[in-house]
Amino acid sequence: MGLLNKLDDPYYGGGIILGKVEDILNWGRSKSDWYLQFGLACCAIEFMAVNASHFDFMRFGCIPRTSPRQADFIIISGTVTFKMAERIKVLYEQMAEPKYVISMGSCSNCGGPYWEHGYHVLKGVDRIIPVDVYIPGCPPRPEALEEGMIRLQEKINKQAIFNKRKRLAEEEKQELIIDN
Amino acid sequence: MGETKKVEFEYSQIDSERMRLNVGPQHPSTHGVLRLEVELDGEIVTEVIPHIGYLHRCFEKHCEKMTYPQVIPYIDRMDYICAMNNEWPYVMGIEKLMGIEVPEKVEYIRVIFAELNRIANHQIAIATFGLDAGAFTPFLYLFRDREFILSIFEKASGGRLLYNYYWVGGLAADVHKEFKEDVLSIVKQVRETNKEIADLLLYNKIFIERVANVGILPADVAISYGCSGPVARGSGLAFDLRKDAPYSIYDRFDFDVVTGHGEVGTVGDCFDRNIVRFHEMEQSCRIIEQAIEQMPMDGDVREKLPKKIRPPKGEIYTKAENPKGELGFYIVSNGTDKPERIKSRGTSFVNLSVLPEISKGYLFADLIMILGSVDIVLGEVDR
Repeated sequence: MGLLNKLDDPYYGGGIILGKVEDILNWGRSKSDWYLQFGLACCAIEFMAVNASHFDFMRFGCIPRTSPRQADFIIISGTVTFKMAERIKVLYEQMAEPKYVISMGSCSNCGGPYWEHGYHVLKGVDRIIPVDVYIPGCPPRPEALEEGMIRLQEKINKQAIFNKRKRLAEEEKQELIIDN
Repeated sequence: MGETKKVEFEYSQIDSERMRLNVGPQHPSTHGVLRLEVELDGEIVTEVIPHIGYLHRCFEKHCEKMTYPQVIPYIDRMDYICAMNNEWPYVMGIEKLMGIEVPEKVEYIRVIFAELNRIANHQIAIATFGLDAGAFTPFLYLFRDREFILSIFEKASGGRLLYNYYWVGGLAADVHKEFKEDVLSIVKQVRETNKEIADLLLYNKIFIERVANVGILPADVAISYGCSGPVARGSGLAFDLRKDAPYSIYDRFDFDVVTGHGEVGTVGDCFDRNIVRFHEMEQSCRIIEQAIEQMPMDGDVREKLPKKIRPPKGEIYTKAENPKGELGFYIVSNGTDKPERIKSRGTSFVNLSVLPEISKGYLFADLIMILGSVDIVLGEVDR
């Protein structure tokens, strides 16, 4: 990607990368995201297909972890019922920062086909946990999940790491001003 | 015939403490969001209580609110691994209520797609069973082949996993021109991979040591719990609706009902249930080959589609042999375009109920194998 192309740049004499620490950290972070091995419904089967030979999710650096403590992001793949929603919230809270969420499929985006009459279905997983990437489809194609993963990597690449608290405080101040 | 692996324990000799352990709903080997409450004595399972309902999606409520054709996508989402098989008994029931005779070509395409989906289901079942045992390679081989089957479904219906393809009185769309050649090439590929899987996984010494004589389900227990499909056939019961109560055109094909006979251990152990799935794939290949030979390529698959689906007042129970067992739909019609009530007999739900019975007395690690061998889909358990 961008960072490695600089290695061939004759301007730097080759073999030297000049960049911000943030960029280099983010480059490393975005290329080795480990996910929580966790399937909910129909989308989990497509998720399994992405892991298998045709689509090979591991080339994105994504390795399944069975414990939320070791996971960088979680893929909510399927219908979230009220009974399961509590568990998902616990799982999300158990993950270590920084953590990301991919919402896969219509059900976890907005309730999907169960939106209207489903007395038992959460209308969108973003009501309980913050979502970074939404993937539409019922179920999404494996290529769509891969696209979602690339979008998540782009997001991680752009993130600022330092002075986070200071920035967040400023943002809050601005929000307060807007609210008032 | 080996000896069973049940561990006999003398409580009076060793002082031990009972422990309750929670498995799931987030667990890589529970095949979905199943929660098992396990009581352990050391490492020996003394009690298993399955807790379900984490994927309850109100199927019966939706049936009350939707018109007959609108229900089909919800049926797809019940057992999402074999959606083609799921749709079949439902549309068959409404066709019987309305007295529709579907064209010959439709029947043949339905048989071919149902059998292809049966192969895809058994591929997933064996692949995930291998994963539970710690074998990752067969998973890659079987999922590679499954993609070829899905590509055929995609060409016909547009969907990879959930199809909405069997409609009342016909099919959603016709198959493509090179359908026969494509299906035959898939059958050839499936047979080739099956040879590899037999060597790689099923008759592997390590695998046999792990699954033989584990989770024995006697035939009488299987009957009393209402088990069907490979779970019942693994116990030696030759129960197959395609033979016992032939629906559609299954009486025209020549195939065998595979039963377990204790090849490496006792009849009805985990190995038997899986070897039944393995041999059923070959039987499905045979049915597909015969159907491809007899199938007429001319004719319209949509000619008998009724404009309004309003079955007369009445009720009907239809059943079909799903990859996992007997799937039935009890449809009550009140003469309008919406069903009064639809009750489904979920195969996985019935098969799961036998788990507490057959997992007592085995080691905890064996419980995961037993659960994998029963092959449940939580979408169908909770509905």
